[in-house]
Amino acid sequence: MYIIGERINGMFKDVRRAIVEKDKQAIQNVALAQVKANAQVLDLNVGPASDKPIEAMMWLVNTVREVTDVPLSIDSPKWELQKEVVPNVPGHAIINSCKADEAELERYVALAVEKNASLIALTIDEKGVPSDAEKRVELGALITTKAMEGGLPMDRFFIDPIIIPVNAAPAAPANVLNALQQLRLLSSPPPRLLLGLSNVSQGCNERRLINRTYLVMALTAGMDSVILDPLDTELMNAGITTELLLQKTIYCDSFLEAYRMRGA
Amino acid sequence: MKAKDTAQRWSAAVNRVTIGTASGNGGHGKSVTIGGAKCIPWMAYEGERGNRPAIAVEIWDSGGASWAEELKKQYGDVIDNPVAWAKRAAELGPDLICLRLMGTHPDRGDRGADDAAKVLEGVLSAIDLPLIVWGCGVEEKDNTVLPRCSEVAKGKNCLFGTVTEKNYRTLVAACLADGHKLIAESPLDINIAKQVNILAHDAGYPLENIVMYPTSAAMGYGFEYVYSIMERARIAGLGGDPLLQQPVLCDVGREAWSAKEAQASEDALPGFGPAEERGFLWEGLTATNYLQAGADLLVLRHPRAIALVRKAIDRLVAEAAAMTG
Repeated sequence: MYIIGERINGMFKDVRRAIVEKDKQAIQNVALAQVKANAQVLDLNVGPASDKPIEAMMWLVNTVREVTDVPLSIDSPKWELQKEVVPNVPGHAIINSCKADEAELERYVALAVEKNASLIALTIDEKGVPSDAEKRVELGALITTKAMEGGLPMDRFFIDPIIIPVNAAPAAPANVLNALQQLRLLSSPPPRLLLGLSNVSQGCNERRLINRTYLVMALTAGMDSVILDPLDTELMNAGITTELLLQKTIYCDSFLEAYRMRGA
Repeated sequence: MKAKDTAQRWSAAVNRVTIGTASGNGGHGKSVTIGGAKCIPWMAYEGERGNRPAIAVEIWDSGGASWAEELKKQYGDVIDNPVAWAKRAAELGPDLICLRLMGTHPDRGDRGADDAAKVLEGVLSAIDLPLIVWGCGVEEKDNTVLPRCSEVAKGKNCLFGTVTEKNYRTLVAACLADGHKLIAESPLDINIAKQVNILAHDAGYPLENIVMYPTSAAMGYGFEYVYSIMERARIAGLGGDPLLQQPVLCDVGREAWSAKEAQASEDALPGFGPAEERGFLWEGLTATNYLQAGADLLVLRHPRAIALVRKAIDRLVAEAAAMTG
């Protein structure tokens, strides 16, 4: 389970305030808390906090880099921003994200290859998020082909088959699971499969329970990387236990603590 | 067409552990470093082979008279004198000496902590090799004897054993205070191997200073089971599990020489061939199997077994070097 911590996002009030007020300490605290909670990557998303998103993103990058050298996921749909920011990220950057459009993929893959970065590509095309599993798989295949053609190594791109909220799209969670199961057969070794987990419960009641349950289901279906809130202890416990039950880790009586020592 | 590179690449490595204090800096004499592999045993095309597996020669503080006849032919004249025995063992050119305090066992002499400490002092002053100090395995006894020995050897960076899931606090504290490395023992159970390490860690002991002893078995007596545990531990460790990245010790001499194939006379086992050839071969071949399983440290007894294993290590090291060009 490759864990990308989602908490540095201008959608959250505390982070938004910190971005607006340039409160380094507050951002660094959230960064370190997530790394301590086993985040292997930190996602950075300016959100609606600034009318100068490129500057704000660079400020986030440099602020977080002062305290940790984990890879940083540059979370923005804007090419202009990615093009400016990614070359200036000290250490490893993950471009998050591009769509499954041929021309867009070529551009983003080239940037990732040139800057030694990784890339998250969404199974979204000009028609938007697919309503079924098959289209997701088809777009996943396109992503894989374009990444390989562009010379991006298998371990540096992630396919995100896009989960959308269960209240608005009741069939989406099952469709995505179905897509994950098929996507992992695309190549050997399988491509890296990622979800932005919290999306599944957007606008719902009992969000944490929904996230936790879906994490278990998605890991079982073949998801290996996930953007989530590592500070949600019960969520992490569910993920750790799933990994154990899928024989990704070896049991010991203190298996929750043992997992948390990884990368510590 | 060029063949596809199918080699596994691992994200982590076996820890490197140094035992003994090199001369200079007030050191004792020699030191040895084990571990460091970043590949399945000997598959050096995957990653770094790591340090050469080390050989320790086993001696006892007392009670060696119970050893097999073939071993007594080698050590009989010194077997009641641990200091002389240690010197004899050192002449065999090993990387370490393993002093097993079997005489402290309640059923094998029940010698006290002061006796054991005195033997240890004698051995320490007689040889300059790194030392393994291994208790008798009876918890209450080890908990009185080993802290005293740890104190006597303070600063010598010995390898003390063993801690177990049920008994670890006393020895962890002693080794922390006196600067020794630690053997974490588990009863042929990978889950418990992890658990012992985490318990020692939670008691304040650094994981990087631990050597794992997952229990050993002789050829024909469950070796395959140990092999599978060592294999799983290595794969998990290389994959990033910090609780299974400890180098592995195999207690080969003791196990091999408990097998009837090694110790019985030809009269007792007609058709098995001469005991003088059989015993050391059983030990040496068991040990070479453990090399394939990924052993980092082998405790051995018979001089000819030691020579045989050293030769096997030479060959494996050369072959691994050839793999990486």
